[in-house]
Amino acid sequence: MQGYIAKRILIAIFTIFAVMTVVFFVFRLGPADPVAVMLSPNATPQDAENLTKKFGLDKPLIIQYGNFLKNVSKGDFGTSFRFNEPALKVLFERFPATLKLGLAAFFVSVSMGLCLGILSAVKPDSIIDRLGRLLALAGMSLPSFWVGVMLILFFGVTLRWLPIAGRGTAMHYVMPTLCMSLYPIALITRLSRSSMLDALKSDYVTMARIKGVPEFYVIMLHAFKNAAIPVITVIFGLFGALMVGSAVVVEYIFSWPGIGRLVMESYFARDYPVVQIFVIFVTFVVVSLNLIVDIVYAYIDPRIRYQ
Amino acid sequence: MKLFNKKKRRGGVRPPVFGFFCLGFFFTAVIFANLISPYDPNEGDLFNTTMPPAWQEDGTMAHILGTDMLGRDILSRIIHGSRMSLLISVGCILFYGSLGVILGLISGFRGGRTDMFIMRLADLWLSLPGIILLFMLASIYGPSAKTIIITFGIMGWPNYARIVRGECLSLKQRDFVRLARVAGCSELRIMFSHILPNVFNTIIIMATIEVGGIIVLTATMSFLGLGTQPPSCDWGLMLAEGRQYITYAWWLVTFPGIAIVITVLGFNLTGDWLREVMDPKQKLR
Repeated sequence: MQGYIAKRILIAIFTIFAVMTVVFFVFRLGPADPVAVMLSPNATPQDAENLTKKFGLDKPLIIQYGNFLKNVSKGDFGTSFRFNEPALKVLFERFPATLKLGLAAFFVSVSMGLCLGILSAVKPDSIIDRLGRLLALAGMSLPSFWVGVMLILFFGVTLRWLPIAGRGTAMHYVMPTLCMSLYPIALITRLSRSSMLDALKSDYVTMARIKGVPEFYVIMLHAFKNAAIPVITVIFGLFGALMVGSAVVVEYIFSWPGIGRLVMESYFARDYPVVQIFVIFVTFVVVSLNLIVDIVYAYIDPRIRYQ
Repeated sequence: MKLFNKKKRRGGVRPPVFGFFCLGFFFTAVIFANLISPYDPNEGDLFNTTMPPAWQEDGTMAHILGTDMLGRDILSRIIHGSRMSLLISVGCILFYGSLGVILGLISGFRGGRTDMFIMRLADLWLSLPGIILLFMLASIYGPSAKTIIITFGIMGWPNYARIVRGECLSLKQRDFVRLARVAGCSELRIMFSHILPNVFNTIIIMATIEVGGIIVLTATMSFLGLGTQPPSCDWGLMLAEGRQYITYAWWLVTFPGIAIVITVLGFNLTGDWLREVMDPKQKLR
């Protein structure tokens, strides 16, 4: 068990390190010259030279890489060109907004997805099952950015019920949350439905029924407990990746002041240090989530521990 | 009882008529784009900008779905946009599909350390969100259809590699592969002319299922301004352009989205059906 956890942690650290290295070299080896981007249009060649010296860009690449690692170990990820503040600080100022939206979407999608998945597996071909399958198909086929735009058009522009941009009141959360959770709902519904169907067909469920266990407990304690394992992996494993991907889109559409919006703005303003710290931070979050899932998984399912 | 259930289930896999219908629309648009689109998709008519669709008050039959802010015909742009969607999604899938298939074959066939290395790499890869690579590549090489294809090409291979490896592991034990070895075939030859044709079914099914998702993703990227650039006809791009005029021109954002949904529904329904018919062992994800 300890060996297993240690191996997972080592792999996680290695992944983050590898991503940092790739980020460094991709940004340095690309054809775009960071100095040219930073300078104002009427700068002199002398200014360019000063700036190159200041960022250490005149040194060989391998020394630059060493400096980069040294700075990173001190928690220094460069300075944002736009705000003239540490990139890490800029990112963390915007992170709480994303986290709140992400958590809201997470709870909505997990509760909706699990309910629909379990209910449709318990009563196949019922109205709920059909509704669940329709919703799953819709969630897989409707692009979330279009759903966002349509929500704005319908509830924001035509009916004027909900605010279309920004954050503040609870009403501001409704449309972004809905838009963000559509795909995860579809995914969780589909997955929990199929794994519940398997569990309900198993011998231990038949056994529990023969023993006279009430149907509710059969479903929740016997079937669901076993069906939950693959669902949990997907919920947490994909959660990070999903949230990041849809956070960028949803925050862009609804002008939500989180890190997704920040990275879009920074990208269009050519503020590379912020894009870079975003990439590293997101990798860190996703890799840590996966690590937690792996460890929790090993606790829940002894088969993995003893592999 | 069990037999009866099975029979009923098999009869239950109906061909998705609606899905075929959607795909029919899509491929008609792709193939006959030049013949059926009423106008040149990039030619604007500055006297008739932001015209509503025909059934609204100011609409005319000349522009059935209306015109955009430069007076370009929406219907023609949607019809021509289908080509861009197909081009990008097929490009992505060919790119990472072939990468994944080759790595999967090597991994499954060679086994041992090579296998371990490739599968570990696939695990690592799957834990990274693709959009961050797109940000990096787009900020350096500039946003374009090519950047999208390269990004998804780099990101998408692990799924294919895993599936192909799994199939390869069981095929490796079969008699025809052993015979090929006895006959003195090289490893490359066994991999590509004996094993590859046998995993082709699986690859085709996976590709059909993934086209829908890829179309959504690429449209999203174009919508964010990370993909195709104006003035090309792309559904995501049309939506991005129309978004600024959402308060008074609803048709600019509605119709391209409907086009995406129809196409994606078509591919998703057909893909699910193909999987059930050709490969009943695999369950829905």
